[in-house]
Amino acid sequence: MFRNQYDTDVTTWSPAGRLHQVEYAMEAVKQGSAAIGLRSKTHVVLAAVNKASSELSSHQKKLFKIDNHIGIAMAGLTADGRVLSRYMRSECINHKFVYESPLPVGRLVVQVADKAQVCTQRSWKRPYGVGLLVAGLDETGPHLYQNCPSGNYFEFHAFAIGSRSQAAKTYLERKFESFMDCSKEELVRHALHAVKESLQEEELSSANCGVAIVGVGEPFVILDSKTLQAYIESLEGAKDDQATKIEVEEERNPAVIERQDVSGGGGVGVGAEGEGPSDMET
Amino acid sequence: MSMVFAPRLAESAPTSHVGASWSPYDNNGGTCVAIAGADYCVIAADTRMSTGFSILTRDYSKIHHITEKCVLASSGFQADVRSLQKNLDARHQIYQHQHSKQMSCPAMAQLLSNTLYYKRFFPYYSFNVLGGLDNEGKGCVYTYDAVGSYERSGYSSQGSGQTLIMPVLDNQLKSASPLVLPPRESSTPLTESEAVDLIKDTFASAAERDIYTGDGVEIVIINKEGIRRETMALKRD
Repeated sequence: MFRNQYDTDVTTWSPAGRLHQVEYAMEAVKQGSAAIGLRSKTHVVLAAVNKASSELSSHQKKLFKIDNHIGIAMAGLTADGRVLSRYMRSECINHKFVYESPLPVGRLVVQVADKAQVCTQRSWKRPYGVGLLVAGLDETGPHLYQNCPSGNYFEFHAFAIGSRSQAAKTYLERKFESFMDCSKEELVRHALHAVKESLQEEELSSANCGVAIVGVGEPFVILDSKTLQAYIESLEGAKDDQATKIEVEEERNPAVIERQDVSGGGGVGVGAEGEGPSDMET
Repeated sequence: MSMVFAPRLAESAPTSHVGASWSPYDNNGGTCVAIAGADYCVIAADTRMSTGFSILTRDYSKIHHITEKCVLASSGFQADVRSLQKNLDARHQIYQHQHSKQMSCPAMAQLLSNTLYYKRFFPYYSFNVLGGLDNEGKGCVYTYDAVGSYERSGYSSQGSGQTLIMPVLDNQLKSASPLVLPPRESSTPLTESEAVDLIKDTFASAAERDIYTGDGVEIVIINKEGIRRETMALKRD
């Protein structure tokens, strides 16, 4: 993605029919540390890689509770994500006040997508630089959605966004068919495996990842570090890592890591690509 | 309309007060009581909902759980009460998102007062008693008027049976005046089961003479173990 004369503001089309500013915003999502989501018939699990800018600082908060039945994981400009989560919380509270029932996940996702679209069509605004994985439960069951800076949204069985998310996506693509019937514990283990792919060399611990779960009869909760550490330790037991390790070797190509995702593209399951130029036409 | 300095006319135009006009309010009756103990709080309300001389239902709860440690009982116009409860719930959700914890009872007490005064010129027709455990785990009871004036005390009652119940509570619980210095414990020396029994007695008595109180009483007990609920039948006449 090279600089050109049509990328100065979001209200300028390129001759190829692209809005470069929006695509650059989606690049910002790819630069953020990874966020992963997967769902079964009864639960949705979100996991995030916690990147601390230095040893002295705390890490960015990437998992947010929106309501008892909805939570999000974000990748990209987390400040934009905070603003969006405040909007989402407010919408949920208002809906509950007026209709005395929880806001269906799909509706909230559409509202966020519409809000994002506005920023792609105003010269005095810029697109949000954050991608959201929205996990929620409503009358129609558990759902996982992705919200893009472009204003597009997709529903997924499982997906990953952010840097080195391709490694996680490869793992998810291999395993997603079994997710529907997974128990909560199995689902969390799958999520942690996917996070492990994104971390690649680093040891997985409760310090560098976060997990959140929402499910039937279980409100959205972000796991505390003790529970999380217990899950991580249980990973050591069930290992099919040999196959995974090999995949990881192939993925890792330091020079191309961030750009790789553009061609890779593709979510798993329902919905088309979540990123890349072809997004515009979807 | 005051015309203080104008000469009084021989005959002012008669104004007619005959004929009911529409009122935005109705009184659904009912009584609420709360008693605070050293480590518990009991909040109770009857379950009758009336309008005029008719009963709308015998089984309506005037008690609302706002937080884990805080319960609101309100008598008056139940439509306003419901709206007030929803308002507080929404505000509490916002607080939880911002502070990652539940509101304490004293904080909720202040919020309720502000919420009521916000509508000073079109009030919530709601007579509230807020009960729960404070930050130290001691029982607290806050009592309100319709526009938010409030006070913490050891016990309180509001609603149609208030005047029948309050003297009995005064007699039994004899709380220290809030004006006394140094400030004294604003809770009662009763045990939890004694307080519950007292509540049952007071409601049974109020139901005898107050036509708007009866059918049943719902009693909520908050202590460090959590929240418990009891019901007792009252006279249905």
